[in-house]
Amino acid sequence: MSAPLQPAIVGAGPAGIRAAQTLAKHGVRPVLIDEAARAGGQIYRRPPAHFSRPPETLYGSEAARATAVHAAIDDLQDRIDYRPDSLVWNVQDAGLDVLHGPTQTTCTVPYGQLIVATGATDRVLPVPGWTLPGVYTLGGAQVALKFQGCAIGSRVVLAGTGPLLYLVAWQYAKAGVDVAAVLDTARFGDQLAAVPAMLRQPAVFLKGVHYVAWLRAHGVPVRRGVRLLRMEGDERVRAVVWSEAGREHTLDCDAVGFGYALRSETQLADLLGCRFAFAPLHRAHLPERDAAGRSSVAGVYLAGDGAGIMGADAAEWAGELAALTLLADHGMAIDTQRAELLQQRLARLTGFRAGLERAFPFPSDWAAQAPDELVVCRCENVTAGELRRGVADGGADEMNRLKALTRVGMGRCQGRMCGVAAAEILAHATGQPVQQVGRFRGQAPIKPIPIQLERASGASHAGAAA
Amino acid sequence: MSHHTVQPLLRRVAETKRAAVAFTLDGRPAQALEGDTILTAVLTQGAQLRRNEFSHEPRAGFCLMGACQDCWIATAEGARLRACSTFIAPGMALLSGEGPR
Repeated sequence: MSAPLQPAIVGAGPAGIRAAQTLAKHGVRPVLIDEAARAGGQIYRRPPAHFSRPPETLYGSEAARATAVHAAIDDLQDRIDYRPDSLVWNVQDAGLDVLHGPTQTTCTVPYGQLIVATGATDRVLPVPGWTLPGVYTLGGAQVALKFQGCAIGSRVVLAGTGPLLYLVAWQYAKAGVDVAAVLDTARFGDQLAAVPAMLRQPAVFLKGVHYVAWLRAHGVPVRRGVRLLRMEGDERVRAVVWSEAGREHTLDCDAVGFGYALRSETQLADLLGCRFAFAPLHRAHLPERDAAGRSSVAGVYLAGDGAGIMGADAAEWAGELAALTLLADHGMAIDTQRAELLQQRLARLTGFRAGLERAFPFPSDWAAQAPDELVVCRCENVTAGELRRGVADGGADEMNRLKALTRVGMGRCQGRMCGVAAAEILAHATGQPVQQVGRFRGQAPIKPIPIQLERASGASHAGAAA
Repeated sequence: MSHHTVQPLLRRVAETKRAAVAFTLDGRPAQALEGDTILTAVLTQGAQLRRNEFSHEPRAGFCLMGACQDCWIATAEGARLRACSTFIAPGMALLSGEGPR
């Protein structure tokens, strides 16, 4: 490759931090750009510096890992060009357009190579009432507690499925919050069937078993095989209604955290021109990466959950591996045994990852059950019925056509919250498998920015954001 | 602006020994703690950040990690801030759109 060795990393979670550390170890000074005020990512999100809870309280069984990742970034400060509070909103001509939050100024960061470590957010399947105040994602519920020392309410229901469901329930109960119930859409049989695959990572498996046992021992009701019907309330959430074994149940609460595992943040990889493919395990279109972390675009590498949900440990390995691959591609000497070891570790996780999907399956009948009046797009209040009319009357059979007809995905979140649900509704309404309906095209600016900055940068980005 | 007591949405369960930060919410004096996001500062006093411009129903954020863009709040000066990722600062004047329409 002819570009000078001038790497930039987007995202300072476990993947981005390990990538930066690896480059620095080889005498290379990367730019590390992160939207947050402090590095760590979401799972190892750090509270403001003057907060006082110890890592054991914040991160539980992950305290040692979180502390190690934080120590790595703290130790790097004078060997990397670290840019916190900095949102990458566009990329073109080997330059990243970056908005600095506190000063509201934008600049272009040139790069020779790029490691994309943009992470993930909760995968959301809407349910009537999900826009009520007091209803948050599971990840959001966790951020409130870790980052701000707040619970999302006094009597909290946690719902959906995925490992995060039990982790957040345990963290909330440990913090003294009344967890009224854990409502898992997965059946107990799903979790039993997944045991052989999950035993490939016995420590992780046992952690999960421990959380459930702990919750039960502390009187937290854990219901499995539920279907969320609605969240009730007028100006705020007051109750959750679900069905279980054919019966409807209502539980009073003042907050709900819900989500169905995670989804990758892929907008930047899309703008970079990376080739995407449908990944059945993740039920999502994802940027392709080879075993060493290369994308389909020369000089662009992918690491961590942003290119497929594999978890925080895998993110650390993938970040280090992507950096080693980048260096090797530039002709530098690297520890090839270390690179091979990382590849082996990542490959071994695949079986376990399939087991997780078995234990917490995506509720693939969600679209069939979604009522017409359900708000799918919370930015612009687009309903499931409007999406179905886009198919029946407008002939939409692909996501971007559906977007053009209904405005779904055109609001401020640009499809981050509604994209999964819209694809499921479209697939169901057209009778296609979900991989056939495509995905929202990424568009700059990939997050909303003040309009005057667009002008100041001189670029003509007719973005979807207001 | 008439004052009516609202049960706050968020509940502090830790980190309560921090310096106070004075700001105003819908014209009323309010106190947050140093290191609070605007979202925390507002939702430990009230139950909404804004009203959705289409449904006019109250909203109070959703993802808390800068992705959903649901937590924008207006300032008295007419600016709009993303409440989950902007820290409260002394003297901020915030408008939650609370009250009947």
